Amino acid sequence: MNYHWNWKIFWDLTPEGSGTYLHTLLVGLLWTLATALAAWVIALVLGVIVGVIRTTPRKWAGRFCNGYVELFRNIPLLVQMFLWFFVIPELLSKHLGDAIKHMPPPWASYVPAVLCLGFFTSARVAEQVRAGIQALPRGQRMAGTALGLTLPQTYRHVILPMTFRIILPPLTSEFLNIIKNSSVALTIGVVELTAAARAMQEFSFQVFEAFTGATILYILTNILVIYGMRWVERRVAIPGFIGPAVQAGGH
Amino acid sequence: MFGQFDFGVITRNLPYLIKVGMAFTIELTILVIVLGIVFGTLLAMMRLSSIKVLSAFATAYINLMRSVPLVLVIFWFYFLVPYIGAWIIRSPTPVRVGAFLSSVITYSMFEAAYYAEIMRAGIQSIPRGQVWAGYALGLNYWQTTARIVLPQAFRNMVPILLTQTIVMFQDTSLVYVLSITDFLGAASKIAERDGRYVEMYIFAAVVYFVICVVISFLVRRLQRRIAIIR
Repeated sequence: MNYHWNWKIFWDLTPEGSGTYLHTLLVGLLWTLATALAAWVIALVLGVIVGVIRTTPRKWAGRFCNGYVELFRNIPLLVQMFLWFFVIPELLSKHLGDAIKHMPPPWASYVPAVLCLGFFTSARVAEQVRAGIQALPRGQRMAGTALGLTLPQTYRHVILPMTFRIILPPLTSEFLNIIKNSSVALTIGVVELTAAARAMQEFSFQVFEAFTGATILYILTNILVIYGMRWVERRVAIPGFIGPAVQAGGH
Repeated sequence: MFGQFDFGVITRNLPYLIKVGMAFTIELTILVIVLGIVFGTLLAMMRLSSIKVLSAFATAYINLMRSVPLVLVIFWFYFLVPYIGAWIIRSPTPVRVGAFLSSVITYSMFEAAYYAEIMRAGIQSIPRGQVWAGYALGLNYWQTTARIVLPQAFRNMVPILLTQTIVMFQDTSLVYVLSITDFLGAASKIAERDGRYVEMYIFAAVVYFVICVVISFLVRRLQRRIAIIR
């Protein structure tokens, strides 16, 4: 092997004049986190609503929400990314579509990427919420009814507080997934961490240093999230209830 | 709403989409299932091994693969494989590796980490008493593993392995980042050539959706059948 290693490359200036290569990677990491966090808000709100509806006695609403989950789970994330970026602006009214396409540079790809990741992950969150609610002993729901609570009150004061604690571990892995999945946004032009590593590699020709840098940043982010969530879990834990790991494929 | 669109672009290019694009996607998926499960099972055995070095290596490998995005792993292997090839055949220059071989290696090595975690759960679901019973009958480690533990572990894990495989099938579309012509790559090449983004991407979404829904329906049926037998 005759690869020329140069670990000092991180402190070299980029030809774009925006700072050092390390700076490029860190800005990429910031965009990764900004994409993932904004999408996570959408995913949590929609996911909880859809997941809850799937456990209520309303049959037709439950079926609609099952369809919602199936739709977002059975189309590859990359295809969904293209649908949000290329297809949806064309299907809206001409005025609105043009307004979306002509947003200033980072936003024209950032907004579709956030929406795409948010909806994609909401289907997975909905699945965890449903599984969490169904894992509760059904006596809890009955006790709520027996106490004279209405259905919304039962959910608000009995079922959901328990469910959220139960599903914290699987939600942590969904959050890690959303951080990793945000790398797919590079295909529509978001310069997140992986794209930043690619840019560094193309400018500096130091392939393996660039990718090593990105890999280390991803691992550090992972470790921080895992420790942060463990701390939250300990804070809110109710003795005797541990999260069920819902076995679902994922990356 | 669809008046301005020309869905004829799909039928005109169907032979290319299927014979070139879908053929690549399906060949890649099948090879990766086989190689991924073989490597994944070996990794799971290493991780559960009493030999410290093996289990430390397997744990590190699995955690590394699971904490970085697939897109980054695709780039890693795309640049790394030519150097590894050169090292194996002692060539002074990096070896040229085809797009197909490069994707097979990448996805197998990545997917193996995910299959390994599933297989580990499968192996751990077999009561230890069965292993001791195997040793008591005079079987060695490999005989016990191959004849007693793994057959049962596979059977317990079939539904989850299949679910993971559906995810992997969807993720093969990410070879797009290397400009490889898989099914989505073929669709996007036509979309760019003819300016028919809406038609091609909706078609691609429908095709992936139908395939995945049908397979997950079959998986659920299989799951019910296994549940009855147990």
